[in-house]
Amino acid sequence: MRNLISLLFVGGLVFLLLVLTLQAPFAEGPMLVGKGILQQGTEETGTANLVTSVVLGYRGYDTLGELSILFTAALALGVVLGRRRPEAPRDLEAGLVLRASSDLLFPLLLVVGLYIILHGHLTPGGGFQGGVILAAAFFLPVLARPSQRISHAGLMALEALAGAAFIIIGLLAMRHGGQFLQPLLDKGQLGSLLSGGTLPLLYIAVGVKVGAELAGLLVRLGDAEADS
Amino acid sequence: MMTMVVAVLVVLMLATALLVLVTPNMIAAVAASSAVSLVVSVLFVMLRAPDVAMTEAAVGAGLSAMVLALGLRRLGLWKLDNREKDDA
Repeated sequence: MRNLISLLFVGGLVFLLLVLTLQAPFAEGPMLVGKGILQQGTEETGTANLVTSVVLGYRGYDTLGELSILFTAALALGVVLGRRRPEAPRDLEAGLVLRASSDLLFPLLLVVGLYIILHGHLTPGGGFQGGVILAAAFFLPVLARPSQRISHAGLMALEALAGAAFIIIGLLAMRHGGQFLQPLLDKGQLGSLLSGGTLPLLYIAVGVKVGAELAGLLVRLGDAEADS
Repeated sequence: MMTMVVAVLVVLMLATALLVLVTPNMIAAVAASSAVSLVVSVLFVMLRAPDVAMTEAAVGAGLSAMVLALGLRRLGLWKLDNREKDDA
C-alpha cells in the first residue's frame, strides 16, 4: 500500500515536471530581459546595487516565494523536532574561550548584519545575507550560555511582523495603482542611503524575517534533547 | 596570474571536499565542508559576484555548518568516530 502511494506520488511529480518542461519555451529567440535590466535598471529603481533592483524590484514576487520556502522549512523543522521535556537536562555552560569570544563578537556581528541589511541597495549584500549574520549574532550567546533563553514567542512575533510588512508594502503599491510589490516613494539621489524608494524598506523586512526565523531555527535545534 | 590563483583555489577546494569524505571524525568533516564553502566564496569574489559570495560565506560556511553540527549533536554522533560506529 505504502509503495503504491509512493509510486503514485513520484508518478504525479514526474507528470507535473514533464508538463512544465514541455510547455516552457527553452532557448527560443534571443533573451533580452537581462540586457534590458542592465541598461535601465539603475535608472528605473534608483538603487546603486543592480542585484537588489532585480531581487526586490523586477523579481520581488520571487523573493516572496523564497521567504515562504524558508518559512515552510523552519515550520517543518519545528514540527519534526517537537517540544522539549521540561525535565530534560540542559547543557553545561561553555568554556572560557567561547564565552569571551561570544561577548566580543556579539556587538560586532550585530553592527555588520545591520550594515549589510541597511546598505543592501548600495553595496553587495542585503536582507538575506545580513539576516543570516544577525541570526548568528543572536545564536552565539545561547551557544555560550545554554541556560540563557531567547523567547520563542518574541522571535515568532518579530518574524510574523516582518513578513506582514513585506506583503503590506507590496499591497500598498497596488493601492497606488501599480503592480504588486512595485517600488514606491521617491527614488532619491543615486548612491545615498535614502534612495531606491521602498526597496530598502523591503530589504529591512526581509532581513528581520530571515534573522528571526533562522535564530529561532538554530535555538530550536540547539535546544533539542541530545541523544547520548 | 589570475589563472594560477584560481587553479590553486580549485585544488584547495577539491582537497577539502575530499577530506570531507575520508576523515573519520564527523565534526572535522563538518568543518571541512564549511571550508569548501569558504573557498567557493573566494572564487565568487574573483568572478565579480560579491552578492553571491556573501551568501555563500554566510549560509554555506556559517549557517549550514552550524545546522549540521547541531544535527550531529541531536543524533548523538557528536564525539563518535566513523570507525567506532562501524565496529559497534
